Amino acid sequence: MYAFDYIKATSLDQAAKLLSEKEEAKLLAGGHTLLPTMKQRLAAPGVLVDLSGVSDLRGIAREGDAVVIGAMTPHGEVATSAVVRAAIPSLAELASVIGDPAVRHRGTIGGSVANNDPAADYPAACLALGATIVTNKRSVAADDFFTGLFETALEDGEIVAKVSFPIPDKMGYAKFRNPASRYALVGVCVAQKGSTARVAVTGAGSNGVFRWKEAEAAFATFDPASLEKLTMSPAGINGDIHADAEYRAHLIGVMARRATAKALGKRL
Amino acid sequence: MSATGIGARVVRKEDHRFITGKGRYVDDINRPGQSHAYFVRSPHAHATIKSVDASEALKKPGVLAVFTGADIAADKIGGLICGWMIHSKDGSPMKAGAHPALAQGKARYVGDHVAVVIAETLAQARDGAEAVVVDYEELPPLPDMTLATAKGAAAIHAEAPDNIVYNWHLGDKAATDAAFAKAKHVTKLDIVNNRLVPNAMEPRAAIGEYDDGDGVFTLYTTSQNPHVARLVLSAFIGIAPENKLRVIAPDVGGGFGSKIFIYAEETICVWAAKKVGRPVKWTADRTEEFLAVAHGRDHLTHAELALDGDNRILGMRVSTKANLGAYLSTFASSVPTYLYAPLLSGQYNIPSIYCEVDGVYTTTAPVDAYRGAGRPEATYVVERLIEVAARERRMDPTAFREMNFVRQFPHQTPVIMMYDAGNYPLALKTAMDMHDVKTFAQRRSESERRGKLRGLGYSAYIEACGIAPSAAVGSLGAGVGLWESAEVRVNPIGTVEVLTGSHAHGQGHETTFAQVVADRLGIPIENVSIVHGDTDKVQMGMGTYGSRSGAVGISAIVKALDKVVAKGKKVASHVLEASEGDIEFKDGQFQVKGTDKKAGFGDIALQAYIAHKFNGQELEPGLKEGAFYDPTNFTFPAGVHICELEIDPSTGATEIKKWTAVDDFGNVINPMIVEGQVHGGIAQGVGQALAEQAVYDKSGQLLTASYMDYCMPRADDLPSFEIGMITTPAPSNPLGLKGCGEAGAIAAPPAVINAITDALGHEDIAMPATPQAVWRACQKRPSRLAAE
Repeated sequence: MYAFDYIKATSLDQAAKLLSEKEEAKLLAGGHTLLPTMKQRLAAPGVLVDLSGVSDLRGIAREGDAVVIGAMTPHGEVATSAVVRAAIPSLAELASVIGDPAVRHRGTIGGSVANNDPAADYPAACLALGATIVTNKRSVAADDFFTGLFETALEDGEIVAKVSFPIPDKMGYAKFRNPASRYALVGVCVAQKGSTARVAVTGAGSNGVFRWKEAEAAFATFDPASLEKLTMSPAGINGDIHADAEYRAHLIGVMARRATAKALGKRL
Repeated sequence: MSATGIGARVVRKEDHRFITGKGRYVDDINRPGQSHAYFVRSPHAHATIKSVDASEALKKPGVLAVFTGADIAADKIGGLICGWMIHSKDGSPMKAGAHPALAQGKARYVGDHVAVVIAETLAQARDGAEAVVVDYEELPPLPDMTLATAKGAAAIHAEAPDNIVYNWHLGDKAATDAAFAKAKHVTKLDIVNNRLVPNAMEPRAAIGEYDDGDGVFTLYTTSQNPHVARLVLSAFIGIAPENKLRVIAPDVGGGFGSKIFIYAEETICVWAAKKVGRPVKWTADRTEEFLAVAHGRDHLTHAELALDGDNRILGMRVSTKANLGAYLSTFASSVPTYLYAPLLSGQYNIPSIYCEVDGVYTTTAPVDAYRGAGRPEATYVVERLIEVAARERRMDPTAFREMNFVRQFPHQTPVIMMYDAGNYPLALKTAMDMHDVKTFAQRRSESERRGKLRGLGYSAYIEACGIAPSAAVGSLGAGVGLWESAEVRVNPIGTVEVLTGSHAHGQGHETTFAQVVADRLGIPIENVSIVHGDTDKVQMGMGTYGSRSGAVGISAIVKALDKVVAKGKKVASHVLEASEGDIEFKDGQFQVKGTDKKAGFGDIALQAYIAHKFNGQELEPGLKEGAFYDPTNFTFPAGVHICELEIDPSTGATEIKKWTAVDDFGNVINPMIVEGQVHGGIAQGVGQALAEQAVYDKSGQLLTASYMDYCMPRADDLPSFEIGMITTPAPSNPLGLKGCGEAGAIAAPPAVINAITDALGHEDIAMPATPQAVWRACQKRPSRLAAE
């Protein structure tokens, strides 16, 4: 780790001000990606602006037809939240399988969506549920937010404040873990609301999380059987020593069917 | 059996210290004035080092010194050694290149130590290392054996122009060829034994220190054998004479072989301590461990088994290429030769065996002994061949094993070893009963109903432990004897310190060794302390590896205890006023035969020290005895493991449902600790079979340099093991001990792969059988019905 300055912000405005004033400033929102990278000297921010003291950024609330989660809410709180479990139980389950207990106690939803790791779980939920990412400046639809590997629509000085998840009729998440890292090798999140279904895939896209629109269109009825004839092309799918594109593409189909079955309360 | 004696499940004495954070590991030690070392490592797999410019680094705050290979050479510090001479078929000695502690002229793998920066703090040393400018001229990377042995490949060492270190062989080629000529059936297999990275929980670490007052060096190091480290650092590397070099290996958090070897980093720390006049500390980070610890396995093998018309084995032919990495590590040469081929007879009566091994240099981290060391590789060859042969001959694999088992002892194999005891059919039958093999078909049907593939795999392994009779290994090229030493110091009030040449790094010696002493002397186990790991305290010893601490280390203690009792009898004869021949020692009492005259062990110890009851010229005062024990044979632990697993063909995920192990370790001192060793060994073997693999890319970069990519087995990958034991005591060992430390890691890989191939219905899968590999294998049509 290289030397850096550490500032614990007390308000979102102060954090935004610091972020725009200080060159090489980075936000600390749990740090489960940033800190290991800094320890390996692969990242060297001059200033770390810690958001953990900004109390407005933490909390979970039901607001009308949506569950709104503050950016600094750790995964563990989402996993065990009575509000989330009542409204979108599958979202609580998704949060409960992120990383390990240490990660779930420190890692936050804001950190996760802002980092947009291509194997992170939350971006899939955001896309499948049609979430809105609310920043200190504006509201951005999830479809417009995740723009590429570790890339988002966030502009300089923009900070994720909360994520608003419309409550679906049904949601299911199925993840096949990378055997080594236990990140999603392939994770598929399926959500149904009214007559529409959305399918989001994480861990597999060579450009990060994406919607599998062919699958969405294939749902004649919302059940796994509707997806059986569908195959995912390996083109545009990521390959590495753990899983080549062909295997990952195959797993996307399997996980999509399993996620759908889970949404229906079945096991596949 | 007493509550703490031999055979008792005594709770580990050392665990209070370990689980309450009071263990004292090298990194816990800080010396006054200590500085920190950080190594500049080669980013290239193979490169000429044209220059090293440290001028900017030396200007950095806190940097005390930067050393390179030139400084090592100027001080006439010798290279790291390989202590086992292997000769090729033509009688020529192996072609070993030099292994300088800091590279001289060339870097030969990614992570090779090129320079060291010593600074006030670790961060400053790292800053300094980043400022060292090394001018490399890249040479062709040769990260695998195919590339390294291709025609015209660049020589990694000038000494081995074709990158072949040796072409070694063992066995009778003519007799084996003749056996194959008359065979009715030949089973052939191509086998990959995947490359592993040992992952001790504690990474390697060292602190070197030099006392200018008396000219003594001290090295704190994560070693499995501090005396061997001192011997090598003194006699070969030339740090200091042995009497001026103290090596301390305190609590060590796991080794699995990787801490046997003498590495560049500790050599540099102890050497540099004098250069900078300050203690020098280095602790590997996990990435450095992945890059530069000695790796394990990495064989490519073609193997054949010849059968007669009745399916009896006639012969075995094995041809192996063994990746030795970029330099020969301390015992690297012996692992794929004498620790490998002599185990190819397995538990079977095989009249002829011929094995050829090419040792190959590649531009990868050195490869050396890792839990099992050669024996897992041999067992994998044997048990895959046996299983496949049985399947090809449409025989039940257990019936095929049964009819080919060795049943008469002693049994001389065609590959050096003479098995002295065992009961292979009993282990198999016991394991099958415990596992409830009879009802496997029902479990398989039940899996099929759920769309899963279920398989059952056997592994009937043997290993050679109790290494080793010194003259025997000497005749095979070992540079050292493999005896062990002990000293038993009885204090005047009858408490006992045992100084052992063995070294514990997780095995529980403080408990098991004390159990033997308490049992033998009839004293409370609390009165026994085990001292190890410090060359200033303990007499020369050979250390811990190859499951030898029980069979060899304890045997030395027993030998010394016998001397203590004999001396005690002499003292007792004076105290009890009887002739020495009439004194019996039992349950902690010296007693005059046929009388009630007796004295306790502690009383006799006191009398030995106050020396009032005997003439000090005729009988020496004191009660302290030492012994060196040199085994007369190897010991041969053996057993049968059965793995039952289920494959999800839609994802390739494999779940081990049931594991039964029946081992014959001879007599057992502490069954709880032995079971722990079996558990850990199986976990490592399952890791090799399903998960672990070191992968270098074409440019020689290690792709699996962290736990993000190097997959370790986890608790949730493993079932609750069913452990059973049978006992045939080792005839050559005073306590009938054989050794248990590596058995699980040796037995497990073929059990897993035999189960997977049973489930798949074909043999086309290599280790590690990752989900991707298994899924791909599931796409291939079975070559036989799984239920056959």
